[in-house]
Amino acid sequence: MTKQQANWSPYDNNGGSCVAIAGADYCVVAADTRMSTGYNILTRDYSKLCKLADKCVMASSGFQADVKALQKHLAARHLIYQHQHNKQMSCPAMAQLLSNTLYYKRFFPYYSFNVLGGLDNEGKGCVFTYDAVGSYEKVGYSSLGSGSTLIMPFLDNQLKSPSPLLLPAQDAVTPLVEAEAVDLVKTVFASASERDIYTGDKLEIVVINADGIHREYMDLRKD
Amino acid sequence: MSIFEYNGSALVAMVGKNCFAIASDRRLGVQLQTIATDFQRISKIHDRLFLGLSGLATDAQTLYQRLVFRHKLYQLREERDMKPETFANLVSALLYEKRFGPYFCQPVIAGLGDEDKPFICTMDSIGAKELAKDFVVAGTASESLYGACESMFKEDMEPDELFETVSQALLSSVDRDCLSGWGGHVYVVTPTEVKERILKGRMD
Amino acid sequence: MSKSVVEMPPKGGFSFDLCKRNEMLSKKGVNPPSFRKTGTTIVGLIFQDGVILGADTRATEGPIVCDKNCEKIHYMAPNIYCCGAGTAADTEAVTDMVSSQLQLHRYHTGRESRVVTALTLLKRHLFNYQGYVSAALVLGGVDVTGPHLHTIYPHGSTDTLPFATMGSGSLAAMAVFESKYREGLTRDEGIALVTEAICSGIFNDLGSGSNVDVCVITKAGKEYLRNHLQPNPRTYTSSKGYSFPKKTEVLLTKITPLKEKVEIIEGGDAMEE
Repeated sequence: MTKQQANWSPYDNNGGSCVAIAGADYCVVAADTRMSTGYNILTRDYSKLCKLADKCVMASSGFQADVKALQKHLAARHLIYQHQHNKQMSCPAMAQLLSNTLYYKRFFPYYSFNVLGGLDNEGKGCVFTYDAVGSYEKVGYSSLGSGSTLIMPFLDNQLKSPSPLLLPAQDAVTPLVEAEAVDLVKTVFASASERDIYTGDKLEIVVINADGIHREYMDLRKD
Repeated sequence: MSIFEYNGSALVAMVGKNCFAIASDRRLGVQLQTIATDFQRISKIHDRLFLGLSGLATDAQTLYQRLVFRHKLYQLREERDMKPETFANLVSALLYEKRFGPYFCQPVIAGLGDEDKPFICTMDSIGAKELAKDFVVAGTASESLYGACESMFKEDMEPDELFETVSQALLSSVDRDCLSGWGGHVYVVTPTEVKERILKGRMD
Repeated sequence: MSKSVVEMPPKGGFSFDLCKRNEMLSKKGVNPPSFRKTGTTIVGLIFQDGVILGADTRATEGPIVCDKNCEKIHYMAPNIYCCGAGTAADTEAVTDMVSSQLQLHRYHTGRESRVVTALTLLKRHLFNYQGYVSAALVLGGVDVTGPHLHTIYPHGSTDTLPFATMGSGSLAAMAVFESKYREGLTRDEGIALVTEAICSGIFNDLGSGSNVDVCVITKAGKEYLRNHLQPNPRTYTSSKGYSFPKKTEVLLTKITPLKEKVEIIEGGDAMEE
């Protein structure tokens, strides 16, 4: 018999790019604020960043409905954690929780590409990068989403990280100071929005350091 | 799989001050298996005109032979070399002739024209010309190259700076592409000389 | 009888000799590459003394912008221009071909080309190829019978309209036209309306972007306003610039000096006898 019904496709791609860079005493997490589908812009002002704990911010691109569900789930889990332990979850702990949450839906995944940035227990910057089903890695910098292929080579070029195979293990954090890292993020997003149609409108940058969380915005191309 | 991913390739051309650079990777593969690590993707049409062909290697070589043949006919008839603009039109016509059964290759043309004005151009596999003032890219690493060039390019670079920029863009891009790599091949052409360099890159 | 050993340059027309191989490849699951498209917003309108055409300048290949400032308003004849949307190679080739046919026709008749002639040549070609030559066009010009504006669809059907839009941003642009177009616009009003319609496409349709090109055609002549508006400059460049942490390692360098061109100076002393 020939097929009668259209394929059930529960996913959409809403585009967008995310970048995170870890430094010695800070972490920069950034994403553009455009949400789109096909050739349409749904909104020019949608934050892809989500503060999960005091020193932990997640940036996510992919399918925004799944991202929202994931953020809500993590917020609930974090609330329970706070009630049980009477403290904020640390960034590495949140990283493991996110991985478990994603893998729990291994066969009907959240279509979201996440990067988690924050400060670890010693106050050092850390970045965790994920695939859609929970495989994760601690890195010095990462870029995910529709413009990631355009951004990654330049980050590699400027921040070449040590091989993870080296013994003893090398520190993954980048040598830049905070202002340089913010400047680099602005440059890569300006470049990505020149060539990737799904990246644009506005750049939201969050810097996490000992003083807390600081947020700034920069305009990107609106076409 | 796309046919472009069969052999893998990376090509970039960039304009500097009265000069240009054209660069490629050196890998020839059959999907994920590497066949050759010293593959020539860029060829000289005449002293001041270079052609890079990305995509399916068999088509690239066939197309190259046809283009050289047509260029030689032109030289015999006109007793001069082709201008880069003319050559770009020739390539475009040859590709568009096969609109409904195309050669699977994407050319990059770079040359010095009248009064040593640099000319760079790329096309899709059916000959839609794209004339750029800054840089053009092609191949499986094209997205990475777009990002790298967009961040690194500066206007009016001198030959040495241009070489460094194009090499850095190429190497950092092919390192993020599984299907191209194994070093690079860079030509920097100024009105007085052609500097051909082979770059060391990751061998994986 | 005997086929020439060397393949001589063909006289024109398409060649289908790779079709069988390419079909075999795609049956094996090797997909053909995507072609360069102009996602595009193109528009045209008739104003009090002629026609105004407008276009954006973005060319895309999938989600990537491959040309930020391409030309989509093509020359057909001195008094006729044509905006193209669809596969870039097709719009370029089809307009080039028809413009040369028009040139020959002008040599033959010694008269100015008419817009309907261009229209017929374009639609005949497109209809012949049953939509496989994917060019969507907005054709505009002023001839002896007055100003004309037409749209041509890839299958060869045509419309004759006072204002028209095409391409992926056509709805965004048409929204502007439908609310603000009226008969007897002045030149400045017309240019402003066309620019606004293109901008609407540029900002609301992801397939369109970068700058606005405008072409005004009147009885007196044409005026091509390339990059009439540039609403999308690069947003950020680092004030310091970037250095490369690690220099590239060169394995081999070969320097070929280019021969100095010998200049021949005519005249001088004649040879003594």
